[in-house]
Amino acid sequence: MLLIHCPWCGARDEAEFRYGGQAHVDRPPDPNAVDDREWGEYLFVRDNPRGRFSERWVHSAGCRRWFDVVRDTATNEMSAEVPSRSGRR
Amino acid sequence: MSNEFRLADGGRIDRDRPVRFDFEGQQLQGYAGDTLASALLANGVHRVATSNKYGRPRGIMAAGAEEPNALVQVEAPFPEPMLPATTVEVRDGLQASGLPGKGRLATEEDPARYDTMHTHCDVLVVGAGPAGLAAALSAARSGARVIVADADTEFGGSLLGSGQTLDGRAATDWVRRTTAELAEHPEVRLLPRTTVFGYYEDNYLVALEHRGDDASSRQRIWRMRAREVVLATGAHERPLVFSGNDRPGIMLAGSARTYVNRYAVLPGRRAVVFTTNDSAYAAAIDLHDAGVEIVAVVDAREVVSTYWASLCVERGIRIHASTGVVSTSGTDRITSAHLSSLGPEGNHPTSVRQVVTCDLLLVSGGWNPAVHLHSQARGSVRFAEDIGAFVPDGTDQAARSAGAVTGVLATGKCLTSGAEAGRDAARAAGFDAELARVPDSKHAPILAARHLWVVPGSGDSDGTTQFVDLARDATVADVRRAVAAGMDNVEHVKRYTTIGTAHDQGKTSGTLSTGVIAEVLGVGVGELGTTTFRAPYTPVTFAALAGRERGDLYDPVRVTAMHDWHVEQGALFENVGQWKRPWYYPHSGEDMETAVLRECYAVRSGVGMQDVSTLGKIDVQGPDAAEFLDLVYTNKMSTLKVGRIRYGLMCTADGMVFDDGTVTRTAEHRYLISTTSGGAANVLAHLEDWLQTEWTHLRVHLTSVTEHWATIALVGPESRQVLADVAPELDVDNDGFGFMTWQEGNVAGVHARVCRISFSGELAFEINVPWWYGREVWEVLMAGGRPYGITPYGTETMHVLRAEKGFPIVGQDTDGTITPHDLGMSWAVSKKKDDFLGKRSFSRPDTARTDRKHLVGLLPEDTNLVLPEGAQIVEQPELGEPPVPMLGHVTSSYRSAVLGSGFALAVVKGGRDRVGETLYSPVGDRPVPVTVTEPVFYDKEGARRDG
Ligand SMILES: [Zn+2]
Repeated sequence: MLLIHCPWCGARDEAEFRYGGQAHVDRPPDPNAVDDREWGEYLFVRDNPRGRFSERWVHSAGCRRWFDVVRDTATNEMSAEVPSRSGRR
Repeated sequence: MSNEFRLADGGRIDRDRPVRFDFEGQQLQGYAGDTLASALLANGVHRVATSNKYGRPRGIMAAGAEEPNALVQVEAPFPEPMLPATTVEVRDGLQASGLPGKGRLATEEDPARYDTMHTHCDVLVVGAGPAGLAAALSAARSGARVIVADADTEFGGSLLGSGQTLDGRAATDWVRRTTAELAEHPEVRLLPRTTVFGYYEDNYLVALEHRGDDASSRQRIWRMRAREVVLATGAHERPLVFSGNDRPGIMLAGSARTYVNRYAVLPGRRAVVFTTNDSAYAAAIDLHDAGVEIVAVVDAREVVSTYWASLCVERGIRIHASTGVVSTSGTDRITSAHLSSLGPEGNHPTSVRQVVTCDLLLVSGGWNPAVHLHSQARGSVRFAEDIGAFVPDGTDQAARSAGAVTGVLATGKCLTSGAEAGRDAARAAGFDAELARVPDSKHAPILAARHLWVVPGSGDSDGTTQFVDLARDATVADVRRAVAAGMDNVEHVKRYTTIGTAHDQGKTSGTLSTGVIAEVLGVGVGELGTTTFRAPYTPVTFAALAGRERGDLYDPVRVTAMHDWHVEQGALFENVGQWKRPWYYPHSGEDMETAVLRECYAVRSGVGMQDVSTLGKIDVQGPDAAEFLDLVYTNKMSTLKVGRIRYGLMCTADGMVFDDGTVTRTAEHRYLISTTSGGAANVLAHLEDWLQTEWTHLRVHLTSVTEHWATIALVGPESRQVLADVAPELDVDNDGFGFMTWQEGNVAGVHARVCRISFSGELAFEINVPWWYGREVWEVLMAGGRPYGITPYGTETMHVLRAEKGFPIVGQDTDGTITPHDLGMSWAVSKKKDDFLGKRSFSRPDTARTDRKHLVGLLPEDTNLVLPEGAQIVEQPELGEPPVPMLGHVTSSYRSAVLGSGFALAVVKGGRDRVGETLYSPVGDRPVPVTVTEPVFYDKEGARRDG
């Protein structure tokens, strides 16, 4: 049970959150301008590193806000939460 | 046979409270404070169980949770399988029997209550032996919030069974005083009978508390988040591997000492002690002094401790150095130990030199620190040569180990390391902690141990009776077989041999098996390492984990404002997400099919009413609401006029149907959207996600209003008349109140929003009133409809009616691989919008295929047949050899009152191009013919919609 720091509510149990996958995957500004391969990558292809990984979480059983964290996928250590208002999916 | 092995005095049992229990039909007596194991030993019972693979007799080997052998099935007070007799407290009425290899689950429902506690603390101390108690004292005196958890019925750990002194007085005095002081601290919580079994990320630890069968809850799970953790989990004694090392009467030396000192029980009359280290000598002395004849101390070392030797000489106990027990005799109990000299290398089998008659054989191969929780916390371990076992070697969690778990075995060192750990933990948690003074203890010099993994036996060169893991009946022969098969890693050998995978998770066999594997492989124990320890440390029942979350409390139950009315009418209910929805309303004597046919007929021919309050409702507000809805729906919502309603389809970015519902424009910058009953929360989350993270510039607010509005669907050709009677102010004419429009007005005296929406193809009104008035308005409508034969109907009828019209249900007729085009709903996909979720994906090659699975109708040739939902669709009447190509499957299937036959919806490859074809569906043992049709079965021209 991770202890996750919601930028709005503070530290809460992982059970209050939902995971949103990799952060900063930009939706192409004009989807019609990208080819099928690029669009397919936007939809389905994600990084899966061992180590630091920017990812999205939503405090679904709390303030319902989305935010980004950097998590080390080997140790689960989380850091540098940024409210994802400026972030991307 | 009544407690003939019980000493006349001493021990920590309560002699004023005798208890009677039943073991395998024998009425036996014990005392409060006994475990089942100690009470059995007091009665001379050693053989408890039968091993699960070879059916060998097995006895009591240990005195705690590490017991590999003595498993019992408890029959009363409540049936529980597979409990170690060493952890079951005896009580009046306890009924148990030895496990014949396997346990048996209870067949009746567990009447006990289980509970869950959630808590936080500054310092969590796991284990209340000398180190844990000293740690708790240092931490508690600083004012930190401290929790002390220990599996045993009372605090003290090894001090309870060692008979030693602290500050010149009985160690148990210090335990009592320390526990009393801890209990005085307002911020300290003491949890005896509580096993911490899981250590998860960020110092989240989970424990199981046994509160007793008479407590308000029998067991309690503790979920604890600690700033700092002190692991004072102690050590388990390691047995030795020799031929016939599994017979009843063979016991760990330290455990035998516990039976004598703590329970005042003699585990035998005539004992041999076989050891590789000093610790077993204390057991030999204590047993001797209690009246056990110690016929021999067999020490594998060439040189033995002069300190212990002199104590033995004083008592006339003979020591055999450079000697080992190589085999044993006996069936239900050991009758003799066979001694042989061991060379310095120990690997050369020599013939038996001496046979010693005994009824008890104490063994000690050293001590294994209980690093389980440390390892669960992703701590690493290293091999400590001095004790021949693995000790903690750092963790990234805010945790520290203290006492025997770190490999220090002398009580004085355990006390000091505990006090330091407690102080350091409290300081790390922000408290001004000092080192608590620890009592003085007598310190015997420790002579180096000999690490002996397999005692070479002359009579068993295969190692088939040299048991490494008694709980799994795994032997040296099994390890050799695994290594011969190419396993050269402990994890692989563990899986190949199942060593360490039983109820005890190899507490006694873990390090031993690594030693044996290393010896077979010819490598160092340290370089081989251990297996990874995983939760739970000891078995935990599902009942405890479930706690109160069972039955009605398993999941929140959501009911509508009209729920009680449905109950009063005898409705049966269907679970839709967390909602209870009326499924159908059977009249007396009706089965489901009859009731549903009646309800369907009533709606199509007269008027029916359904509670549709559970449909999700989201209030969408803001100057950019229209732009936002254009992006998330496939159809255009910005062009919808205030006062009108449009059906809407939502896709995910990959173009697959996600949810559907209606969009009602209530004002220039305000919409009310509806969702499926089960999808409401997901839709809100999906919309918030896009709003918050992608289209952050849009000024839109989303609010769930599902439970603000009670919603009643009034459906059927007579519905207009019923509504007109009940809401005379409302203009219900088709001209004044057109399809897909809404009006506000009084319905039954309550301000309502009425929508003309139909999910059945019939003339229909959807009446929304504030939740509070739901039942009242519902009852007025029922009364008003009585002259028209109004019929309440449930979800099953709703499903049939919508299927007759070919309306798909998202999540039933779709499964996340279905596009709007697959559903034949291209009409709901805007061609004018530049962008919306899903649009770009529609032109991906796979999504644009023309032979995708399409939603079609199916009519079985046998009109009486209702196809099972999920049935496969195939091309040919003969299935042939597998794999049989599948064309699709049935998604919805019912019997229709208006069609007079069974009918189905299905997704079928290229289905729209197959209309009129005959396909087959394997039902039972043969494929039955079905005709592919358009998905709309009834009123194709839509004539009934306006009444
Ligand atoms: Zn929050």
